[in-house]
Amino acid sequence: MRFDTPATSNPIDQLKVIGKPTDRIDGPLKTTGTAPYAYERHDVAPNPAYGFVIGAGVAKGRITRIEVSAARAAPGVVAVVTTLESAPLPNGPMNTATLFGGAEIQHYHQAVALVVAETFEQARAAAALVRVDYARQPGRFDLAAEARNAKPVPGDSGEGSGAPPEDRFGDFEGAFAAAPVKLDETYTTPDESHAAMEPHATIAAWEGDRLTVWTSNQMIAWGKRDLAKALSMKPENIRLDSPYVGGGFGGKLFLRSDVVLAALGARAARRPVKVALTRPLIANNTTHRPATIQRVRLGAGRDGRITAIAHESTSGNLKDGKPETAVQQTKLLYAGANRLTALRLAEMDLPEGNAMRAPGEAPGLMALEVAIDEMAERLGLDPVEFRIINDTQVDPEHPERHFSQRQLVECLRRGVERFGWTNRDPRPGQRRAGRWLLGMGVAAGFRNNLLTKSGARVRLDSGGVVTVETDMTDIGTGSYTIIAQTAAEMMGVPIGKVVVKLGDSDFPASAGSGGQWGANNSTAGVFAACVKLREAVAQRLGFNSAEAEFANGQVRSGNRAVPLGEAAGPGGLVAEDAIEYGDLAKRYQQSTFAGHFVEVAVDVFTGETRIQRMLAVCAAGRILNPKSARSQVIGAMTMGVGAALSEALEVDKRHGFFVNHDLAGYEVPVHADIPHQEVLFLDEVDPLSSPMKAKGVGELGLCGVGAAVANAIYNATGIRVRDYPITLDKLIERLPTLA
Amino acid sequence: MSLRINGQARAAEIDTRTTLLDTLREHLKLTGSKKGCDHGQCGACTVMVNGRRVYSCLTLAIMHEGDEITTIEGLGQPENLHPMQAAFVKHDGYQCGYCTPGQICSSVAMLEEIKAGVPSHATSDLTAAPRLTADEIRERMSGNICRCGAYSNIVDAITEVAEKQA
Repeated sequence: MRFDTPATSNPIDQLKVIGKPTDRIDGPLKTTGTAPYAYERHDVAPNPAYGFVIGAGVAKGRITRIEVSAARAAPGVVAVVTTLESAPLPNGPMNTATLFGGAEIQHYHQAVALVVAETFEQARAAAALVRVDYARQPGRFDLAAEARNAKPVPGDSGEGSGAPPEDRFGDFEGAFAAAPVKLDETYTTPDESHAAMEPHATIAAWEGDRLTVWTSNQMIAWGKRDLAKALSMKPENIRLDSPYVGGGFGGKLFLRSDVVLAALGARAARRPVKVALTRPLIANNTTHRPATIQRVRLGAGRDGRITAIAHESTSGNLKDGKPETAVQQTKLLYAGANRLTALRLAEMDLPEGNAMRAPGEAPGLMALEVAIDEMAERLGLDPVEFRIINDTQVDPEHPERHFSQRQLVECLRRGVERFGWTNRDPRPGQRRAGRWLLGMGVAAGFRNNLLTKSGARVRLDSGGVVTVETDMTDIGTGSYTIIAQTAAEMMGVPIGKVVVKLGDSDFPASAGSGGQWGANNSTAGVFAACVKLREAVAQRLGFNSAEAEFANGQVRSGNRAVPLGEAAGPGGLVAEDAIEYGDLAKRYQQSTFAGHFVEVAVDVFTGETRIQRMLAVCAAGRILNPKSARSQVIGAMTMGVGAALSEALEVDKRHGFFVNHDLAGYEVPVHADIPHQEVLFLDEVDPLSSPMKAKGVGELGLCGVGAAVANAIYNATGIRVRDYPITLDKLIERLPTLA
Repeated sequence: MSLRINGQARAAEIDTRTTLLDTLREHLKLTGSKKGCDHGQCGACTVMVNGRRVYSCLTLAIMHEGDEITTIEGLGQPENLHPMQAAFVKHDGYQCGYCTPGQICSSVAMLEEIKAGVPSHATSDLTAAPRLTADEIRERMSGNICRCGAYSNIVDAITEVAEKQA
């Protein structure tokens, strides 16, 4: 189905099932521990051997020798595979670091060997007997030092964020020089780790030249493509299966070393092999969100109108890597005639930087939305009012392009009312309760809506059961449930009559889970397949498909009504289709918006920040399931608190690695850090996005949260921290002296 | 050795180095208990040993001969959910599902700790019975990380179960 004109009314608009806060259909499995994750497939891959991955102990250099004889002789060892046995495995198009193969070490904890044994304990013990000798080379590990060597580059996060190396509209320098009120500040964000709860894990099994991997991956079709390339195989000989994914956040968008090592290990061991990356290996072996240095310049008239806006970002990555596209939102979020954005990339030798939830916008808004708060103060304006003054209903760089929907102002106004924003004292450091300094902060949230082809197959059996098959993944996002809701709405059956099968590369390729594009595109693909199935049902019954009504498990035309199962007949019916998009996304800017409001308390003695209240008001098209959509947003808000207050991969600048590479050292928020969170969705349907009229929310919820926290800390303390996260040490010396 | 798991005697021939977690997951094929870190940092492996919650990755199976071990599989099944499991579904107290069995085992045992009068860092009066507040629940559940960030909903689920019990 081609979608190239705005959606008109369709069966989804009935909203009998869509739009309801339905409990997740996978809930009973997940809460009882019976949903099978990658490493747990005793059902399909019995008697596997265990692989243990060895990571490089240096950040840059060459392996001169790997001594494996002691390991091979150790109890239970079945096979040892080393990186010296093959050339570097070719990468897929979105990755830079070699996953395995060759003597060159590009980054710390790069996989250099796999030890396979009868048990996990034997594999781990034997791995300790492998000796790897390196010729170590000096590397570039300090972004601040390398920034001066950074070169202009275009950016594309692979998740929708993109920007040319330098983009100019009007005369930024002239307008900035002439502006009566100015800001010129630099902000830094750290390297961050996805830290999904489920480690990257794979079981691999060969049957002749056919390979099956049960793995944990967000993008099944990319994974199949990249695994075929890595192993020089035909894609049709590969099957990936990821029915349940224990969190991804961008860390499982791509093929990782666990997959190729399980496959190579299984070939060497001549039996299924299971491999999980140990927790301490994950931060350096896989990808991360790269650190940034961002300069923001704003110029405005005394009326509060922005006349000049510039955002420049420098990040580092391996040779041929990509920049963090932190300036992308600045191209679209606020009005202003004179504009400049620029991206620079420094070549470095840390592990591969790549997409993490809201790549680009998450660190970009951390800088821009704090700068906006600072500028509002310089102008003597309320920060909400300043944002409203500078709202734009068109793409500021291409004013002929309108936003399909843009309710940022309404998000902010609703938030002001709901949060009690008018109780905020604009003068910082004024509110105090005992040892706590209290403050409120606001930030805008912005993230684009991305359209990408997505396919599905739908079966109808003689019992009236509708089965959906697509390689779409559910990484905690609620895909199972919204897909079931879509099929139920389309076919006129209760949700209990729908079976959803996901994550198998033998199913039609979907949009996958990334860039908050999953919900809208994957359900639109199911919509397309269901339209075909409805036609097949009508045709079999001799009904005019345009007039046939699907409701209550029946299909009706005129005064004839037939149960769906009967219509399907003993052989059942099957239909397959995909949603494909025309140029609506080019003609209209499709984005999602939020107003984030945060109240904090900062301990006047210790500088400890506690989050007191959080509210997100979101405008993101039709909300397919308010319960799971709200969960997406509160989870993202939680990750935003981590980014603001505690999360940073600390770089060892001598040896070139992330030091705090586990869940004790890399501090993600825990229960005690997070209060009750409130989310409001504005009524919105976007007929330009898809027949579902929906957009994404999973990344919107993160975009701007960290800045709202930082702005609240400023309001509480009068201390403006521009180097994130805002840990206690950055506040404590500047806290007010005690009376 | 023999273990008592979810009320049943289970025999396993295991390495002295094998954790209780790997015994459950790899030898007894009870994969409801999850391995998130294998270091006692995340809580995904939480089970109950003689009614008390433990990180099963931080204890060796051979230390538990004769102990009564309860895993997520022992609390309830998809067609027969434990009240805490049902409350997690109702309040959407999970997303990817990987930390969920640990959160649920932890929360069931945690409520018993409050009932038994065990204080926490959030208990202001150590001589009085701890109160069932959101702050107490959050403090006591902080050994169970949820990277999806379902905390707000998890606290709602636990609170509902606790109030029904009270």
